[in-house]
Amino acid sequence: MHIPDGFLNLPTAVASGAVAAGAVGYACARLRRTLPPEKAPLLGVMGAFVFAGQMVNFPVAGGTSGHLLGAALVTILLGPWAAMLVMTAVLVVQCFVFQDGGLSALGANVLNMAVVAPLVAAAVYRALGRAVPSGGRPFLPTVVAAWATVVVAALFCAAELVLSGTAAAAVVFPAMLGIHALIGVGEALLTAGALAVIAAARPDLWPVPRPAEVAE
Amino acid sequence: MKRTAWLGILLAALGVAAVLAPFASSWPDGLEKVAETLGFAHRAEIGPLVSSPIPDYGMPGVGNSRLATTAAGVVGTLVVFAVLYGLVRLLVARRRGEDARTE
Repeated sequence: MHIPDGFLNLPTAVASGAVAAGAVGYACARLRRTLPPEKAPLLGVMGAFVFAGQMVNFPVAGGTSGHLLGAALVTILLGPWAAMLVMTAVLVVQCFVFQDGGLSALGANVLNMAVVAPLVAAAVYRALGRAVPSGGRPFLPTVVAAWATVVVAALFCAAELVLSGTAAAAVVFPAMLGIHALIGVGEALLTAGALAVIAAARPDLWPVPRPAEVAE
Repeated sequence: MKRTAWLGILLAALGVAAVLAPFASSWPDGLEKVAETLGFAHRAEIGPLVSSPIPDYGMPGVGNSRLATTAAGVVGTLVVFAVLYGLVRLLVARRRGEDARTE
């Protein structure tokens, strides 16, 4: 759902860019205080994995494709603040090197996929953590969080299109919701699959969330 | 963080970019499809504001389109890794500098 140049008007682009910049700046400030130095390579390789995963479009219904977003995967592994930095780096490289997502829409794309998506993933993952029996794998929180990231990011994208006067709310919200509810199923399967593989080698990287604790 | 764990993820990323990406579906994605259906796709025809070295994930100068995608994917995967690794090292290095001054 990378928004290209031409879809957003100037006020929407500037406003979403300002919110995105503030959020990513806050994430960086938090990481500066809290990130263990030995996690630096893990942030790098997760960004690389998300970039690669986003290249692989899979077909969904009606001649439409979707691809991994990756925000839930990185949030569950590294927490929402690290995920914001990782997802922002992916989007910036995609925009400047690969012409994927417009420069004028970079702020909106960062807001939807690098700020909102990790916050949604963290909130849902934590909220559903209490449903996981002790010793169990957090499959349910993982798949619901992954599905929700795609759907909520798509709704933010739709809202930006409405604010820009590009599309009418009555049609663009149902259209974006419908297709991304399907793409979100792919996101849920890919996220749980990737975490199952990683947890086979490193069970500590797929922690069972507890509602009271903040995933850092 | 054990080196083998993150090296494994990096190798998996390179494998996905090199082997799977060339066989990705070329159908429009969710937003592109909605833009076509609702009739605002033409607004993107103004083209990108900045030109990119590897537009649309195809390495320029590589004739075979699957190989062009493989090359673009491998380069992009390594660029994202390098950018993030450098950024995080900068963040953490600045913290270390501050710690040293306050001691």
